[in-house]
Amino acid sequence: MGLKTFPGGVHPHDSKEYSKGASIEELPIPKKVVIPLSQHIGAPAKPIVNVGDEVVTGQKIAEPGGFVSIPMHASITGKVTKIAKFPHPTGTMQMAIEITGSDEEKWIDLIDDQNYASLPPEEIKQRIADAGICGMGGAGFPTHVKLSPPKDNPIDTVLINGVECEPYLTADYRLMLERPSDIVAGLKLFMKVVNAKQGIIGIEANKPDAIKIMRDAVKGESNIKVEGLKIKYPQGAEKQLIYAATKRKVPNKGGLPMAVGVVVQNVGTAIAAYEAVRYKRPLIERIITVSGRIVQNPKNIKARIGTQFQELLDFAGGVKEDIGKIISGGPMMGISIPTLESPMGKGSSGLLLFDQKEAKKDAEHTCLRCGRCVDICPLNLIPSMIARSVKYSDWETAEKAGVMDCMKCGSCAFVCPSHIKLIQWIDIGKAKIFELRKAKK
Amino acid sequence: MNNTYAVSASPHLHDRISVSSVMWKVVIALVPALIASVYFFGIQALLLTVYGVIAAVVTEAAIQKLRKQEVSIADGSAVVTGMLVSFNLNVASPWWLPVVGSVFAIAIGKQLFGGLGHNPFNPALLARAFLVASWPTLTTAQFTPTIRGIAGPSISGLGRESLRNLASLGNLDSITGATPLTAIKALRDASQVSPDIAEKVMFELTRWETISNLFWGNIGGVIGEVSAAALLIGAAYLVYKHIIEWHIPVSYIGTVFVLSYLFGGLNGFASGPYTLGVFHVLSGGLMLGAFFMATDMVTSPVTKRGRLIFGIGCGVLTVVIRLVGGYPEGVSYSILLMNIAVPLIDRYTVPKAFGEVKK
Repeated sequence: MGLKTFPGGVHPHDSKEYSKGASIEELPIPKKVVIPLSQHIGAPAKPIVNVGDEVVTGQKIAEPGGFVSIPMHASITGKVTKIAKFPHPTGTMQMAIEITGSDEEKWIDLIDDQNYASLPPEEIKQRIADAGICGMGGAGFPTHVKLSPPKDNPIDTVLINGVECEPYLTADYRLMLERPSDIVAGLKLFMKVVNAKQGIIGIEANKPDAIKIMRDAVKGESNIKVEGLKIKYPQGAEKQLIYAATKRKVPNKGGLPMAVGVVVQNVGTAIAAYEAVRYKRPLIERIITVSGRIVQNPKNIKARIGTQFQELLDFAGGVKEDIGKIISGGPMMGISIPTLESPMGKGSSGLLLFDQKEAKKDAEHTCLRCGRCVDICPLNLIPSMIARSVKYSDWETAEKAGVMDCMKCGSCAFVCPSHIKLIQWIDIGKAKIFELRKAKK
Repeated sequence: MNNTYAVSASPHLHDRISVSSVMWKVVIALVPALIASVYFFGIQALLLTVYGVIAAVVTEAAIQKLRKQEVSIADGSAVVTGMLVSFNLNVASPWWLPVVGSVFAIAIGKQLFGGLGHNPFNPALLARAFLVASWPTLTTAQFTPTIRGIAGPSISGLGRESLRNLASLGNLDSITGATPLTAIKALRDASQVSPDIAEKVMFELTRWETISNLFWGNIGGVIGEVSAAALLIGAAYLVYKHIIEWHIPVSYIGTVFVLSYLFGGLNGFASGPYTLGVFHVLSGGLMLGAFFMATDMVTSPVTKRGRLIFGIGCGVLTVVIRLVGGYPEGVSYSILLMNIAVPLIDRYTVPKAFGEVKK
């Protein structure tokens, strides 16, 4: 069967069996939330509340720090108790607003705009921007920015990313099973904003039930199709997904999908956009998969933004064995974090708990030059050469070898028999070259 | 419950593969050839291999101890080198020959450059070159027929009459000890003197019976290259396990097949029998070299395009040495020569990045 895909890639065990059967469950409203000011790519949001202020659910508490930025909203009703540095889902310490909840939940006024679908494109985009929506697949690019291509750059395709190629994660999968029509509604809004003539929903072939349900949901929509894609990591990476679905190659050296006339949005983002446009409902909650072999009851949880990971884990019944590693996100690109006190953000698709053995990493061995990393690199780079040149501070060669193009999917480190920490070296290289470029200016 | 958690760069998953799993798989892949060798040459083949392996492992451990490094003999790479050194020797070799070869391979060929991953040459081939230069008679002049010699009186599988014919062409005193490649080399020289007889012998060397003996291993040679069939079993295992890719062996063998047919005939371009290409592919060390030595990951290019160029280069050099060079066999030298070309090949075969923008 000729399923569409991209060149390169790897096949990690998908480990979705733990949580894929679990329907989305709503976490009781937490007593405290910590809402980071930076949950997206771009400038951090600026707080517009002070310590001691009373806030209601959905109230704006921080405004965008620029065009490429998003506002933040209170995800519970209560009082602002701190504006300070807190543990962040990326493992660092960053500015955040802490809200301590009161007993009663009060919401801002929402609307139900029956004519939401016929709103002018500018109004749709404004409502999405006001709701504080950024890409919910992980990278967190502000959604309204993606929907604002330059005038001379026509977009003909909106691609909904339902691939979810990261092992363990099932949040998007559950959304496709449980809220297919809302996803399609969101897709149609995106198509209207950028005036695209076709919509494609890409789903990996390991989710046949999701493919079927989404196909049923788009029946009668002549310009929307569901594309089953080959099971391969990183099928859900933006450039790889675009290539698989449209055979178009996004240019390297910082090229964006819009350069080939495509906008990609995640399924969760589509639902958030639909709710934002129809109900003017800000993004204050999302679905997160809590999973791992040692988790008592792996779950897909609908939780308020800013809920601490500890609370999510408790809701999933805690762990059966000692935790060796906490991962925010998926196991391939997620970040290992030092504490469960971190809150979940708008891009938090998963919380994984590994045991001591799963957390163990083997020592690095010298490169055997086996070329496996070269064979599988979905971007056609030479990871071994990048790692070696970074190791010897040869920044010029590292740059030539494409270190800045690397999306850090981790496929190379996954297959390396020498267990070379390629992504770590690449990270160092990226940081150093950024620094050098800055110094040059 | 403990309160410290591991923090590391992503990815947090790893494929079940390591340096030692790669090396031990290569060892496993060499076993069929070793079994075939014991079958055709007797237990001495196994003993020589064991001497080579022990010498390689001990040398590696000793040098690592001396350099105060972690001793990594459990990773199997020294075992592979030891096996390959012995595989390149005639079964009648004295016990110390594989020992000297393995010590040289590990000490000079590998550890001197910094150990596994840093050596520019395939250590086993470097050792072979060293042994051939130091003890030419022990390593190349004498070959032993198989103990199951049903293919005729000589190890090249030629019948008595052909041998007498070949010998009558002069200068071929020890023709009974010739391998198929030395015989065919002699033939090319002899065809000047007596084209008719040379043609006849050529026919005998390239008929299907000889080819079939070459394939199964019933014709003399060095320990490891006796049976093409056994080598193919091991190679198939490595390809199946993705330890080696097809690019180098296919381009290497393909090049030898085509070029030796085109230029290997006695009367000019493409004048040889149709099976001449097959004869060249199955003779000598090509099977062993193409699947187990040219594919040595440390000393071959990292890109697919680079591997194709590398394989073709090995093939061209092998045929040049076999047909016009001073030696009957050119596999080891051609791979060594291509080994030094690897950095150059790597530099010019950097793949085009995904979505590469034209400048």
